[in-house]
Amino acid sequence: MSLLLEPTAAQIKEEAIYREMGLNDEEFAMVEKILGRLPNYTELGLFSVMWSEHCSYKNSKPVLRKFPTKGERVLQGPGEGAGIVDIGDKQAVVFKIESHNHPSAIEPYQGAATGVGGIIRDVFSMGARPIAILDSLRFGELTTPRMKYLFEEIVHGIAGYGNCIGIPTVGGEIQFDPSYEGNPLVNAMCVGLINHEDIKKGQAKGVGNTVLYVGASTGRDGIHGATFASEELSEASEAKRPAVQVGDPFMEKLLLEACLEIIKSDALVGIQDMGAAGLTSSSSEMASKAGSGIEMNLDLVPQRETGMTAYEMMLSESQERMLLVVQKGREQEIIDICHKYGLEATAIGKVTDDKMLRLYHKGEVVADVPVDALAEDAPVYHKPSKEPAYYGEFQRMASYVPTVIDYKETLVQLLSQPTIASKEYVYDQYDYMVRTNTVVAPGSDAAVLRIRGTRKALAMTTDCNSRYLYLDPEVGGKIAVSEAARNIVCSGGEPLAITDCLNFGNPEKPEIFWQLEKATDGMSAACEALSAPVIGGNVSLYNETNGEAIYPTPVVGMVGLIEDIEHITTQSFKEAGDQIYVIGEAKPEFGGSELQKMLEGKIYGKAPELDLELEVKRQQQLLSAIKSGLVQSAHDIAEGGLAVAIAESLMNDDKLGADVQIKGDAVTALFSETQSRFIVTVKKENQEQFEAIVKDASLIGEVTQTGVLTFVDEKEVELLSAETEQLKRAWHEAIPCLLKSKS
Amino acid sequence: MRFAVIVFPGSNCDIDMYHAIKDELGEEVEYVWHTESDLSRFDAILLPGGFSYGDYLRCGAIARFSNIMEAVIQAAEEGKPVLGVCNGFQVLLESGLLPGAMKRNNNLKFMCRPVDLEVVNNNTMFTSGYEQSEIISVPIAHGEGNYECDDETLKELEENNRIVFRYHGTNPNGSKADIAGIINEKGNVLGMMPHPERAVDELLGSADGLKLFQSILKKWREAHVVTS
Repeated sequence: MSLLLEPTAAQIKEEAIYREMGLNDEEFAMVEKILGRLPNYTELGLFSVMWSEHCSYKNSKPVLRKFPTKGERVLQGPGEGAGIVDIGDKQAVVFKIESHNHPSAIEPYQGAATGVGGIIRDVFSMGARPIAILDSLRFGELTTPRMKYLFEEIVHGIAGYGNCIGIPTVGGEIQFDPSYEGNPLVNAMCVGLINHEDIKKGQAKGVGNTVLYVGASTGRDGIHGATFASEELSEASEAKRPAVQVGDPFMEKLLLEACLEIIKSDALVGIQDMGAAGLTSSSSEMASKAGSGIEMNLDLVPQRETGMTAYEMMLSESQERMLLVVQKGREQEIIDICHKYGLEATAIGKVTDDKMLRLYHKGEVVADVPVDALAEDAPVYHKPSKEPAYYGEFQRMASYVPTVIDYKETLVQLLSQPTIASKEYVYDQYDYMVRTNTVVAPGSDAAVLRIRGTRKALAMTTDCNSRYLYLDPEVGGKIAVSEAARNIVCSGGEPLAITDCLNFGNPEKPEIFWQLEKATDGMSAACEALSAPVIGGNVSLYNETNGEAIYPTPVVGMVGLIEDIEHITTQSFKEAGDQIYVIGEAKPEFGGSELQKMLEGKIYGKAPELDLELEVKRQQQLLSAIKSGLVQSAHDIAEGGLAVAIAESLMNDDKLGADVQIKGDAVTALFSETQSRFIVTVKKENQEQFEAIVKDASLIGEVTQTGVLTFVDEKEVELLSAETEQLKRAWHEAIPCLLKSKS
Repeated sequence: MRFAVIVFPGSNCDIDMYHAIKDELGEEVEYVWHTESDLSRFDAILLPGGFSYGDYLRCGAIARFSNIMEAVIQAAEEGKPVLGVCNGFQVLLESGLLPGAMKRNNNLKFMCRPVDLEVVNNNTMFTSGYEQSEIISVPIAHGEGNYECDDETLKELEENNRIVFRYHGTNPNGSKADIAGIINEKGNVLGMMPHPERAVDELLGSADGLKLFQSILKKWREAHVVTS
């Protein structure tokens, strides 16, 4: 039975009940105007979820419009379940990233698990076979019992869902910073493969066609999840635990296999996942895109609880459900496929031509709302933007170069910073090999999966150093896209496109909206320069706890095409005798660096500069050298600088070492985070050819068999000498040690 | 030679098994859905890994009641090779074709990594291609691979050379006596937690698992040269 007596239309207006659902006074007036009458409780629910930021992008649309979304290879840009990019041979890659931050902060296991489940459905609802999952996670420092609990359970939730459904979790990244103390981030990306002829869209075409409900039954879980995701977290958020959904990966496995069989049938007209805002978004969006309407009888909706109201059914975010539109008269063909997998499939409505979403319940019309008003006509806000005071201060600061006395100890400490340290503790819990295509497992710059039956492979990564974005969102945005591309290039791939997840604070604060504007300006510029258009993504605003915003964190998910498996390259040094090159010179850039954070406990100053022209040139030269078979290993220089990048390249083999000679100021050479730089190793016999292609490469050392990493300066004075094994131990054990240590 | 890959709802290493046979071993292979009841056209039966029936109740506990299992048991009785990997091994345990049970890994976490195995008995139809005591690298990927049995069973397994694979170096999951794979008394039903079908291509890190499938094929060919 229903838990509450629903208020009447008049009460809703008089008592301003709409405010509790996230609509403001003007928005409510708009609803009233659209309908020409007062909305009832169910209708108000439909508007409140569809006009939430999560579903409507009402605050972010103006900035999203700046993104380049077109390209020769783009088959589907933003607007569908996931974007699609051509990879030749009538094949395409489908991918998207999405956030599940708020649910994961409240109920970490289920929040993370259903985040994975949701993004997988977005991909297979396009008709694609999901082939990989990546996760981009942000946590506070691993020092409090609560943060350790969130970390363990979020990882556990991702593993629980991904392992069971049998899609390999192959990569991602994790950063730790106090900025995420109250509001961790869980962004899940799914990559799928599809043949061009199988591409399906979420459209409800053909008047009279049947609306078919497939999958798990509807319960009261996740009601108002989309609205919950569109407000700040606070101590009261704990009470919103019922807004977190509960996942069942076994059900999703069945749904996945059934849907991939169904898409082969021409009886299927359209298909969309019931994700955020469940039945409401799937029905109204499919109808709106097709220029049609939908009529549904909610009595027919499979329900797992008794006495559910229309409001509850429409707003439930119960997982593992799909809405299909099927040719009239051919329903049984689709139902039979569902039954093969033990799934429920129920006709609950039909396509109409009046562009209305009309809902019946217990013999009465309980909602009658224009579909376009829900799906398309949400208000769009151009929020005021204001440069925050801190930005000016940081820009005016003198260049900061930290004082380092013991280089070796500093390197060991940097390798022990959880952001840099080995994430094996995490990916050991993920089945990263299932379906047997994973050529480069987690731990290198990008994960690489072969495409069976071809010579091709796909490289994939997620990236975003939010510290740079905090210091300078525009430069930081450029860096996030560029770094993702560096990781793809280092793996032997050519960047195809990106999907992004814009995690920011409350956009109603002008300083936050300024961050969003600047970050997307920077990202757009980098996407243009690197020819990597944005094919979709997700926006997660209101990432604040008790008024404190996270660092701006626009996570970039990128996929690249490796034309031939011969080009696959990893970051690990391969053989003693290989020559070590660095591409690009270090400048004294330490603002937002790992070293600054480690020594000062905070970040400030200017972010490292980024010259996009130089970035593109170096990436192209490096990729060309890799494709010519001249490169043994390639790794971008990121957090911790050159010394950390070289140490990371040794972690795969204790027996190897490296003798490296650096120039100029030692601290800058070893630890600066100057952008657009790479560490590359080359066989002696290929040096000449390599140098001819990569003009900015300078020879700095040699891979040895000593098991010792040594740095000397220009006068051959030793700066640092450490056993690979010791470095590896520090790097490897840092996260398990933090988890075990008492707070 | 014709292989069957049994597919339960929730199986997810079926495709890996299928391609190991088709692409790397080069033999015929078909998926067989759990509702079927006849396996007479196959020469070997493969139970793949995954989460059959969501691992609800207990890993493999529901799958053992599947329609196809009667035919699997019949094939085992006829002496056909039956290989259960990971969840497939758990199904073999639940159905009584092999003794013992699985507990959760001793760290209570799922683990996915390449491990070293020792071939403890190369005198079986699954391992004849290996050297006795050969160390091979094969990945594991499981949450419940901590093999457990009573002392009597362990003694029986040891005395009759029925432990086929043992973890070498580190025991990853706490398995009794480092057990990674065991065989039935007759020698035609092998259950193992590590995934030989994931180790059939150097491109993916190891091809050490291929010899297991080649051993099955060799035995079958020998038998069929004699009978035909």
